[in-house]
Amino acid sequence: MSTTQWPLWEVFIRSKQGLNHKHVGSLRAPDATLALENARDVYTRRSEGISIWVVESANIHATDIDDADSFFEPSDTKIYRHPTFYEVPDGVKHM
Amino acid sequence: MTQAEQERRFLDKIDREIKIEPNDWMPDEYRQTLIRQISQHAHSEIVGMLPEGNWITRAPNLRRKAVLLAKVQDEAGHGLYLYSATETLGADREQLMDDMHSGKAKYSSIFNYPALTWADIGTIGWLVDGAAIMNQVALCRTSYGPYARAMVKICKEESFHQRQGYESLMKLCNGTPQQKAMAQDAMNRFWWPALMMFGPSDAESTHSDQSIKWKIKRFTNDELRQSFVDATVSQAEILGLTIPDPNLKWNEERGHYDFSEINWEEFWQVVKGNGPCNKERIAARLKAKQEGLWVREAANAFAKKRAMKKSA
Repeated sequence: MSTTQWPLWEVFIRSKQGLNHKHVGSLRAPDATLALENARDVYTRRSEGISIWVVESANIHATDIDDADSFFEPSDTKIYRHPTFYEVPDGVKHM
Repeated sequence: MTQAEQERRFLDKIDREIKIEPNDWMPDEYRQTLIRQISQHAHSEIVGMLPEGNWITRAPNLRRKAVLLAKVQDEAGHGLYLYSATETLGADREQLMDDMHSGKAKYSSIFNYPALTWADIGTIGWLVDGAAIMNQVALCRTSYGPYARAMVKICKEESFHQRQGYESLMKLCNGTPQQKAMAQDAMNRFWWPALMMFGPSDAESTHSDQSIKWKIKRFTNDELRQSFVDATVSQAEILGLTIPDPNLKWNEERGHYDFSEINWEEFWQVVKGNGPCNKERIAARLKAKQEGLWVREAANAFAKKRAMKKSA
């Protein structure tokens, strides 16, 4: 007795002022208003959040996992972007 | 990449404790095993609401009522986290529920036992949630990312479930002789079914080996069952309740408690659908789905209407 499914939404929660919204999970709801209310009931039962974003999963674009190696390769080879690449004499302070 | 290379990369990740994520390549059998196990777990959360929900209106006072309500709400949330995890594997949630209703998919056999008295509710929190937590804490390290994350969240929320049950039993055990007897009676009825929650013995368990290799399961059924018995004995002593097993005793050599063989005949009967409440539970789930259908349809219609108004 299957029924037409509601769309899938991804839920992001800001746990407190000063922090990013963070992905916490997903749920199904007929529209954004109900997705927000359901997200509140499911993901913030213990004061986990002060702000919620919901995004329809279909609207999320992601990198392709199979191309991840080549996609992220440019940064793997640039170790000089990290401070530890540079040598500084022992006596130097505040750096 | 050839299938063999994909498989090698997959096994290498498992070896190095790197979680498998939804879009990663995975063997079909790994996917199917996860869908079966996670959905069974999800169904258990949902069906688990039935014996307890039945006592919400009969809780002895407002505090216990609020606590029970919160616990049952949690179970609904836990069901959702788990169904969401199955959806990341490409499963269809409605289909999974239909599979439960048709008997094709299982849920924990413990929920096919009735909750007859108020002491049963405390005992369910203490023993049933206690057994579930033993299993779930181990699953926080399972190899599939979304399942592991759902487990972490569930464990965080669930620790109150066991404590509230224990506290409620403490009250009964320190109460009148009748109350104490009621607690002991609940213990007598729930002890063995609670031990059965860990599933068939390792020798009989069909899926165990491969699941351990893939790190879906981190401990075997018998290992978890033993940990549960070891942890529970002293808790029962503090309550002053007797565990209904004459062979239960500490084995110095093993460093564990010995206990009697489980009545596997009963276990398989309940799994096969012949427990005291199997039919009642499925009937209740079906009724909920059918009678709630109009609400879901109305929500859809309302969403459409609101979208039209917005675009007008």
